[in-house]
Order: sequence, then structure tokens, then C-alpha cells
Amino acid sequence: MADDKKDQDKVLPATVFQFAWMHTKKQQLWVLGIVLLSMPSYFLALDIPKRIVNGPIQGRGFPTEDSREIFLKIAFDIPAWLGGAEAAEPFVLFSGFSLDRWNTLVALSCTFLLLVIINGLFKFYINLYKGRLGERMLRRLRFELVDRLLRFPIPHFKRVKQSEVASMVKDEVEPIGGFVGEAFITPVFLGGQALTAMAFIMLQSAWLGLIAGGIVAVQAILIPRLRRRLVELGRQRQITARQLAGKVGELVDGITSVHVNDTSNFERADISARLGHIFAIRYELFQRKFFVKFLNNFLAQVTPFVFYLLGGYFALTGRMDIGQLVAVIAAYKDLPAPIRELISWDQQRLDVQVKYTQVVEQFHSDGMIDRQLQEATLEPVTGLRDGYKLNGLSVVDDTGNKLLEGVSTQFSLDQRIAVVGGLNAGGETLADVLARLLPENRGTIKLNADDLEKLPESITGRRIGYVPAEISLFFGSLGENLTYGLKHAPFKAKDYDEAGKKQRKWELAEAKNAGNSELDIAADWTNYQAAGATDHKDLIFKVMETLKLVDLASDVMNFGLKGIVVPSVRPDLVQKILSARKELKTRLAKDPYAEMVELFDPATYTVQATVSENLLFGTFLDGDFDGEQLHKDPFLHQVLKDNDLLQSFYEIGHEMASTAVELFADLDPGHPFFEQLSFMTAEEMPEYQAALTRLKGLVYDDLADADREMFIRLTFDYVEPRHRIGLLDDDLRNKLLKTRHAFREGLPERLQTVIEFYDPDVYNCASSVQDNILMGRIAYGVAEGQKTILGMLRDVLDEHELYDEIFTVGLEFNIGVSGKRLTSAQRQKLGLARALLKQPDFLIVNRALAALDRPGQEKIISDIVNNARSTEVNRGVFWVLASPVMAKYFDRVLVMDQGRLVEDGEPDELIAKQGKFAKLIA
Amino acid sequence: MTSLKEEVEVLRRVPLFAQLDPAKLKLLAFTSERMSFLPGQDLCRQGDIGDAAYVILSGEASIIINQNGNEFVVAQVGENAVIGEIAVLCEVPRTATVRADTKLQSLKIDKETFIRLIREFPDMGIEIMRELADRLTKTTSELSVARSELKAATG
Repeated sequence: MADDKKDQDKVLPATVFQFAWMHTKKQQLWVLGIVLLSMPSYFLALDIPKRIVNGPIQGRGFPTEDSREIFLKIAFDIPAWLGGAEAAEPFVLFSGFSLDRWNTLVALSCTFLLLVIINGLFKFYINLYKGRLGERMLRRLRFELVDRLLRFPIPHFKRVKQSEVASMVKDEVEPIGGFVGEAFITPVFLGGQALTAMAFIMLQSAWLGLIAGGIVAVQAILIPRLRRRLVELGRQRQITARQLAGKVGELVDGITSVHVNDTSNFERADISARLGHIFAIRYELFQRKFFVKFLNNFLAQVTPFVFYLLGGYFALTGRMDIGQLVAVIAAYKDLPAPIRELISWDQQRLDVQVKYTQVVEQFHSDGMIDRQLQEATLEPVTGLRDGYKLNGLSVVDDTGNKLLEGVSTQFSLDQRIAVVGGLNAGGETLADVLARLLPENRGTIKLNADDLEKLPESITGRRIGYVPAEISLFFGSLGENLTYGLKHAPFKAKDYDEAGKKQRKWELAEAKNAGNSELDIAADWTNYQAAGATDHKDLIFKVMETLKLVDLASDVMNFGLKGIVVPSVRPDLVQKILSARKELKTRLAKDPYAEMVELFDPATYTVQATVSENLLFGTFLDGDFDGEQLHKDPFLHQVLKDNDLLQSFYEIGHEMASTAVELFADLDPGHPFFEQLSFMTAEEMPEYQAALTRLKGLVYDDLADADREMFIRLTFDYVEPRHRIGLLDDDLRNKLLKTRHAFREGLPERLQTVIEFYDPDVYNCASSVQDNILMGRIAYGVAEGQKTILGMLRDVLDEHELYDEIFTVGLEFNIGVSGKRLTSAQRQKLGLARALLKQPDFLIVNRALAALDRPGQEKIISDIVNNARSTEVNRGVFWVLASPVMAKYFDRVLVMDQGRLVEDGEPDELIAKQGKFAKLIA
Repeated sequence: MTSLKEEVEVLRRVPLFAQLDPAKLKLLAFTSERMSFLPGQDLCRQGDIGDAAYVILSGEASIIINQNGNEFVVAQVGENAVIGEIAVLCEVPRTATVRADTKLQSLKIDKETFIRLIREFPDMGIEIMRELADRLTKTTSELSVARSELKAATG
């Protein structure tokens, strides 16, 4: 039995019926039983109308006014073999009611209504049951597939395209689930109906029965033959569609390659060819499908023709009476519907079977990881006692290259080992083997005195830290990505309230019904103990320590300072920030700092900010309003007009444009100097150049609105200390201040919700933490200004004990898809931090810091090695180095060459030996 | 606060730039950063690798030489003075420390910006070459005079 279970584990059943039967045997039988149970009332409901018409309405059985009929009499003959006498009275179970014609009509009609309701309820229940069965099956199948994905041996993924797998799990299995509900019930039900009708016809007339049977047989033989090609086409359709999904996924991933190689048209042609192929397949499919349909309909219609002709002949020649003929034709009416449905069920079966076979093939792999190795382990995993022992280890890749050859050595847990040698000399492969990512090897590897491959993932995944050259990060916050390495099992169950408990109970029951994971995702999965922490708050300190070790802490702090804090979520933090703002303000009031920064003051013009910032005196909240389009806003335009500023704005803009054109017109549009021209892009330059020539000699009043607008726009971006064209005088500044107030006072409702105004005493929800503490602008061109002010800001943060909290805000920084909002150096540091946070006994690093410069790498490597060497940590390290010089920080150096271990010893020893290592670092 | 126009005037007085087209000087001024210093702040430090020249727009500074840990003020400079002009052409260690005595405004001409400008307008480069060649001739003739004087004195 245990072996059976294991076999099921390895291969999914070959047909969708086996799969369905395996998991839904009981439910299928139950619903079948319900279907059978519904049959009597179903047939009765068909029978009663006849009785109503024949009985009370046409008056059969009611020869006179006061004739009565017996209603609901239940009686049957007892067969002779049960001891009933030949001419005995039937056995009466219930003698029934005696009713007159009118009452009989009422009674029969009410019975009919009752039956309709009962049948409706049966149908409702059966459909619901079938639907639920199907949905559970779909859930089971999807889970099963993803579960297999998680247990595939790593090398299998070389052959798998991610978007293809995703499309299989998402789309292709969907019809399979729906079909499972119908898999057994439909053929039984419809087949039963068809057989009954056939039997009835046979009874009436064997000839006609044979003819009807013959035509059905033709359908049954011919149509599946025509379908064979349909099945093949269906399979092709599925494969090509999946390949299309794979191709599109690849295109998105490799979009930069398309642009740098000018291959967009090649890709277009490729997609077009694929779509053409898919079209051809689908079109042929449709043609054949409709032909089959046509044939089906034709055969169904031909039968009555035969009945009329032959049946009519039989009736005329007296071999059959007219009643029989009518009955046969009536019975035949019931035949095509179930047959047609059976045929369409069969069609669906073929379709689903094709899909199912495909999926089963794709999700089959030899050497799947044993389920037991992935068991969720709640207990703390004891640390490794013993290191690695390698004996005759060799690895050969798909093409027969020897990546590792005959490596025999030992790595103890208190050694810091550096691996050097060229690219692909074998160090990378060795690291992968130690992390159990390359199971296809020869020789033996023992860890902790056990075979490495037999260790559960709870040991390898918790006690070994592995950092690949390219870390894969998921969409989410930096902190979530960091603590991902601690999410081993649901360590602390969630505290549910009453409603939550009920919901969870339902979720659990359904998960069981569909064979899904019963672990609760809402539980606290973080293994605090593994990180050496007691709770969430403590963990933050551990995170901070770890990030300092990999030199990422100040980056996270910066994310925190640039982060947006929602006051309702963190009211305490907001209060602290406000008091830090006050403190900073008093410090900045002293010389020489006052020169370095200009604080926002509603009553003064902020020289260091743009004209538009001065007008707005606030920031836009994230939302629909595009801050870049402010100059087009009709309300602002009106305010400027009221304050007599439009013409001044035009003149300033005109001057700005003339200066820009004079200075930059000769430059190439791609020239880096354009970056310094913040108010105009290189593309806009020719437009302005033309406009300046065209409008020469014209004054403001002569101009069209569009021309005015063009220059007014520029003024919004002007900053006097930055652009130094000398365009703002005191008079103008005062006017701008007045306008600022007018703008704020008359602000229409639609703008009220999108602008957060600067206020020295209020937290600004749209600004970053740093801007909120500063509430001003650092001055342009003051030597050391930026550094001094930011340094002072950090001091104030520390004094107000804000560091930890802002750090926590920084951990919430969303790193984007695959961490694309981080630099590659930050990503690599994050990968290292993730591996360190779980405090592994053995840390494997595989060329992981390539994006850093030499000094940066050197600092992190020496810090981590020294930390690992300290007595309280004492951790084994296995570091595949990109640059051999850094091997000096390690206790032991392995030199790899063409897959072989050629030198092994302490760094000084190897240098003294004047061998390969000495050459590498020379 | 000085404007672009005034900065151009100052730049024109720098011998290295004297021959340059005023329009190009304006571009140089625009793309250069204005930098203000407080009394006691250093514009540059002796021994550091220089990557920018400073033109003093207002204020005064001391040129300080550090010898064996002792600082000696060797000169005072003020408005229009150019500090480390060679640094815009090549990276050389600063030969002295320049420290602001008063509040000081300067225009910082960054090597990278300057080289970019020359790359864009080769005529500028020729002007600079001519200026440097002039200086070289002058220095060479001075050197030969000095040599012959030295010979006469010792020989």
C-alpha cells in the first residue's frame, strides 16, 4: 500500500478518468445514486400530462357526470413464484381516494406541480454537486502541479519555460476540472435515456428499431473516425498556444536585447509566423468541427424520413398499427437529444484527455524530490555537528563537459575557505553541489555524517546559507525579501476571532477536500529563533546588524528617509518627526548653517525652489493629478492673470528661451550639457528657436495664446541660484508671494484633495520623511552644504531615537519586480544578508558580489569572514572568489583548475609554495 | 548675487580663457557650478588630486604651504584670481592649500565639463593650445636665460 502511494506520487494517472475516479470515487457514486433517485419522479412528470389530457380533460374513465376515479391507489400483482395465485386480486397497499372529474383534474395538476418542484430541486442539487466536484478537482489538479514543480529536481528547470508552465497551471487545466463533474454521470444518464428510447422503439417494431439502431451505429462509428484528426489538431493548437505564451514571456524578459540589436522586426515576423500557424490549425479545426456537426444533424434528420416512409408503408400494408407508428416517432424524438449530448460529451472528453495527457507529460520528471524531505518542521533544527566529506566527486553536464573531476576532500564547520581559479574552473560547480543544487553527480558527499541527498530540506535550508551569483527576489518590500529565508513553517498560529475561526474551519475543510496544503498562510511563519531573535522587534535589531555587516544599512536608512509615512498608521513617528523638525530648525538658525539651507516659510519667497513650487507651496499627493501639468490648470492661470503676472511670466520665459538658445543651439541634442538645462529638453530647442525668430519684434499683446503659453511654461521651472540669468527682482517676488496666498485661498474643490501645502507646524503627508524633517531646501552651490546638513539631520534623528523607526520604514521600501528598483550591488548585498540572517552553520557564497567595486567587495568579505571567525559565531564559510587576492582573509584556499582541485592549503603556505595560487595573485 | 553676465566678465580675465569666444565662455559659466565658501573652509588641499579650477568672484583667500606639518601662508588672493587652472586639463596634485579668509564666492570649473566643451568646440582647444604654447616659449626662454646666468655665476 505504501508502495502504491509512492507510485502515485511519481506519475499522475494516465487518463483523466483514472485521475477523477481515484479522487472522487465516493462522490461520483453518491451523485449517481441521486441521479437514479431522481429518475422515478422525472418519468412521472413526463407521464402525468398524458393522464391529465386523457383522463379529466378528454373524459376517459368518466362516462357520466358523477363518475369517480380512484386516485393514488397503490396496488400490484404478486407474481406466482412469490406465492400469488393466478387470478388473485392484486395486492393493495393503499386503496386511494375516490374523486370526481373536477377534483381529479385539480389533484393531478397539483401532483404535476409538486413533481416539477421536486425535479427542479433534484436538478439544482445535482448541478451544484457536480460543479463543486469539478471546482475541487481543478483546485486539486492545480495544487498537484505546483506541488510537483516544487519537487522537480533542479536540472529539470533547464528545460522548462516559465511562462509555458504558468499557462498550463492557469489555463490548460481549467476545462479538466469542469469535465470531472460530468465524467461519469453524464454518460450513464444520457446513455440510459437513449437505451430506454431504443428499447421502446424495438418493442414497437423490430424493423424500425433496427433502422434507428443502424443509423446510430453509423454515427457511433463514423464520427469518432472523423474526430481523430480533430484530436490531433486540438493537441497542436494547445502546444502552439503554449509556445506563443512562452515566446511572449521570453520577449518581455529579453526586451533590452531586442532594442540593442535592432531585432524588433525579426520578433514581429516571428510572432506573425506563429500566429499564422495557430490560425491555420484553428481554421482547419473549425472546418472539421462544423462538418462533423453537419453530418450529425443530417443523420438525425434522416431517421424520421425513414420512419415516415417505411413506417408509413408498414402501416398501409397493415403490418403495424397507426398508434404504434406514432409512438415510435414520439419515442424517436427523445433519442437524438441524449445522443447529441453524448456525442458532445465525447468531444469534450477527447479535448480534455488531450489537455490532460499534455499536462501530465510536462509535469513528469524522473528523480522528483521525496515528499518527506520537504516536510514542514516546527521544531528547532539542531545545528550541524560535522562538516562535508567529499569522495571522488565528479560532475558532467548535458553536453559531456567535465565540470568537476575526482574531488575528494573535507570541509569542516570552523574553516573559512576561499575557492579561486578562473571562471568555470570548478569552484562554482562545487558550491552548487554543496548547496545540493546539482544532484546529478558521481561520488559521495556526506554532511553531518549523512548522505547529503538524504538530508531533509529543513536541515539543508536552515543550517546552510547559499548565496548565488544572481539572487532572485520577488515583488514586495525589502524586509519581506530579507526575512524570506526564515519562513520555514507556520510557527505561531494566528489568533482568530469568532468569525475568523469559522472562516478558517471552512478553508481547512475545503483544502482537505481538494488535497491541498493544510498549513495556514495567515500564521506567523517567521522563524525568529533561527535568526537568534525572540520576537518581531528583536528581529529588526538582528536585521540591522546583518545589514551593517553587508554594508546595506545606510542604503536602507536612505530608503526610510525617502519613504512616505502615513500619519494614521504611525502617529507616534509623525510626532517625533515634528519635534525633530523643530530641533533642526533651532540648530540651523545659527551661522554658518543658515546659509546652507532655506526653510519653507509661508511669508517668504523660497529662493532655492522653482517658481512653481513657490506658487504652489506644497506637494501633490499621489493620484490622478499630474503635477507636471500644473501650468495648464485654468484656476492657476486665472490667479496669475488676476495678479498681473502673465506678462512678466512671458517675459521671463522669453529671456530664458533666448539664453538657452544662445548657449545650446550649437550643441548636439544628445549632449550631456542638456541635463543642466532643467527647463527645456534638447527636442524642444528647435521649436523655441523657431518661435523666437518668428515672434521677433512682437509685444505681448500681439501674441496668440499658444505662443504666450509656450514661454510662460518655462518660467515655472526657474530657480535663480541655479540658472543665474538674473530674472527675479524683489517686486516680482512679492507679487509671487501674493499670488501664493491667493492661490491657496481660492483653491477649487477638485484641487483641494490633491495638494498638501507646506506648513512649518504640520506633517506633510505627500513629502518624504527627510523633507518633513527639513521642511526646506538645501542651498545650491554651498561648499559641503549637502553633506553638512544631512549629517546634522542624522544627528538629530539619533537624538530623537528615530533611527530604528525610520529604518523600519526603509525596510518597507518596495523593491519592484525582481528587485529592479535596487541597484545590482544592492541586490547582491540583500542576497548575502538573506543568507546570513538565518545564522547558518555553513555559508556558501558563489561569486556573489560581482557588481561591487574592489574596495567594496574587500570590505564586505573581510567583515563577514572575521565575523564568522569570532568565537560567538564560529561559522564555516565557503566562498568562491572572483578575485584571488582576497583569499588572504581566509583560513584555507582551494585552487581549482579544469574541474580538479589542484592546490589546497593556508594562503601563506600556498604563496610560499610558488605554485598556481602564487601565480594567480601575482 | 552675480549673474551669468558678470561671471562671463570674470572668466574673460582668466589668461587661459582670455582668447575664447564670449558665447563659449557664457556656456562655460552656465554649465559650471557656483560654489560659496565660509571663512576657514578649504577650496582645495595640498596633495589632493585636483579635478577642478576655481575662479574667485568675491572674497579673499590664503594660499598655504604645508611643510613638515607646519603651515605657511605664502600669498593672499582675491577677486578674479584663478586657482589651479591646470587642473581643468590634467590631474595633478595640488601644490598648496587654498583657504577662504572671508566669505567667498567662486565659480567651480570642473575638468569633465571643460573637456566636454573642448570636445564639442575644437576651436576652443586650439585657443588653449596656443595659450599654453605661448607660455611654454616664455618659460623655455626664461629657463635658458636662468641657465646661462647660473653658469655665469658658478662657472
